[in-house]
Amino acid sequence: MEAILQFIYVNAEALFIVILSIFLGIEVISHVPAVLHTPLMSGANAIHGVVVIGAIIVLGHAETGLSMVLGFFAVLLGTLNVVGGFVVTDRMLEMFKKKPKK
Amino acid sequence: MDRIIEFSKHVQFTFGDSVLEIFYLIASVLFIMGLKMLSHPDSAKKGNLWAAAGMVIAIVATLLLHRHNGQKMGNFGLIFFAISIGTIVGWIIARRVKMTKMPEMVSIFNGMGGAAAALISLMEFPHINKELIAQHGLLNWQALVIFLGLIIGSVSFAGSIIAFGKLDGRIKDIRSLTLRIVNIFMVIIIVALTIYIMTRGNVDPAELSPLVYALLAISLIYGVLFVMPIGGADMPVVISLLNSFTGIAAAMGGFLYDNLVMLTGGILVGSAGTILTFLMCKAMNRSLLNVIVGSFGGGTVAVETEQGSIREISLIDTAILLTYSRKVMVVPGYGLAVAQAQHLAYELDSILQDKGVDVKYAIHPVAGRMPGHMNVLLAEADVPYDKLLESDKANDEMESVDVVIVIGANDVVNPAAEDDPSSPIYGMPIVKTLKAKNVIVMKRGMGKGYAAIENSLFNHEKTRMLFGNAKETLQKLITEVKNI
Repeated sequence: MEAILQFIYVNAEALFIVILSIFLGIEVISHVPAVLHTPLMSGANAIHGVVVIGAIIVLGHAETGLSMVLGFFAVLLGTLNVVGGFVVTDRMLEMFKKKPKK
Repeated sequence: MDRIIEFSKHVQFTFGDSVLEIFYLIASVLFIMGLKMLSHPDSAKKGNLWAAAGMVIAIVATLLLHRHNGQKMGNFGLIFFAISIGTIVGWIIARRVKMTKMPEMVSIFNGMGGAAAALISLMEFPHINKELIAQHGLLNWQALVIFLGLIIGSVSFAGSIIAFGKLDGRIKDIRSLTLRIVNIFMVIIIVALTIYIMTRGNVDPAELSPLVYALLAISLIYGVLFVMPIGGADMPVVISLLNSFTGIAAAMGGFLYDNLVMLTGGILVGSAGTILTFLMCKAMNRSLLNVIVGSFGGGTVAVETEQGSIREISLIDTAILLTYSRKVMVVPGYGLAVAQAQHLAYELDSILQDKGVDVKYAIHPVAGRMPGHMNVLLAEADVPYDKLLESDKANDEMESVDVVIVIGANDVVNPAAEDDPSSPIYGMPIVKTLKAKNVIVMKRGMGKGYAAIENSLFNHEKTRMLFGNAKETLQKLITEVKNI
């Protein structure tokens, strides 16, 4: 119980952000046309690649060999998520551009 | 005020830290704006670039400015090496992959993010704050977010890989009651093991490493078993769900490092992904629980096999029927996508258009393998937006349609969804092809759709079957129509 209260106290601002972000996420998504569901999912997929920042921090402070190897893979996979995610989304959305008739 | 003073005692204010927070704030705003713009067709492409810009800002700022307990980061060589490989490989894969394989790509990249989150937790576990442990043992909030990140991240990773395999057709559905029980059992083990580790009291976390690795292994197995029984047709829902899982796992990292951009980005995706998952379920008229339990189709469902007479139609008859129609509705499905026949479909459309036929497309929300997937494919073939009708609208117009051509679609036009309460897809909204005057079904053979159930549409008196690969058949059909 004390641990929970401490968590709330230490992370009060973070918890506010979490609650507000939840509402924000719902608000942003709820009026999206079905046409954009796939690109939107893909775009959101790229955004959670933000986890790569945690990976960079962890690798940046890694000291043992094992943690360097694991950290290396974490950064690598996180980067794949970010780059692949944004590029795939961009390609999907390219299809929606109104192209002049050839 | 007191709190600020107290707070400032704990925080060593440095110039770099505050600049870093400003960059994180900018990145978070760019994520939100990007996501918002992504939900409108006109601004979507720009929205994606904005979000990408936010990501670049956040990463570069972290590299330059991040300090941990006043310590600068090291291992820059390794970091840049990993980022370079990730960028090059990610870029090449994403550029080269075929448009039909997009859902697979989203799934695999989602898995990568989940794995990264799990690895972070794995590495941070031995570094839990010593003071916290002295105070509460392992029953503290840092341990909690680390375990949540580990479990959610690895379930998301393993699940995404299985989802990828299923979309790719490499992994078959496995359904059994035993598996369902095993899955429930797995959840209990994961929760129990987490509680066991967290109640070990004041110990050095390093001693518990084997247990943490066991937790990782069990979570990975659960991720596999979780997706195993879910039908291939439901993969979009699952991917969307796993997508929001990875978002939450990333947010756990945000808590751990007190890193606000990870927190905002992660939670934003977590909540948006959850809503998107529900929207998709709604489009199929099914509950999320129903999807997860995996009751769709399969051997357990008693299927009445009324083998009515199947009537075929020749290419030339089809061509004549189409040319002399006033209004034609195309119902594309995954078969069209797999055969890469979207360009041919539009070519046929243009030729018919020149002959004075009004051609429209009825897009079912779950046509293809993901909501909106079919729109992306048809847009690739230059089909104008105003020709694409959502299924409700298409159904309203259906009575005035002379010919409906179903190309490689099955479940989304199955009348059982409307009139057979015993059917597993009962209640799912469908494209009501039978309201039109004629129905032509273009299909490779009499195989069942993804939901693996009979389709009485094929036996209906209005229906004619045109067997063959979608691409070849369309090609021949175009030639025939041109000759008329």
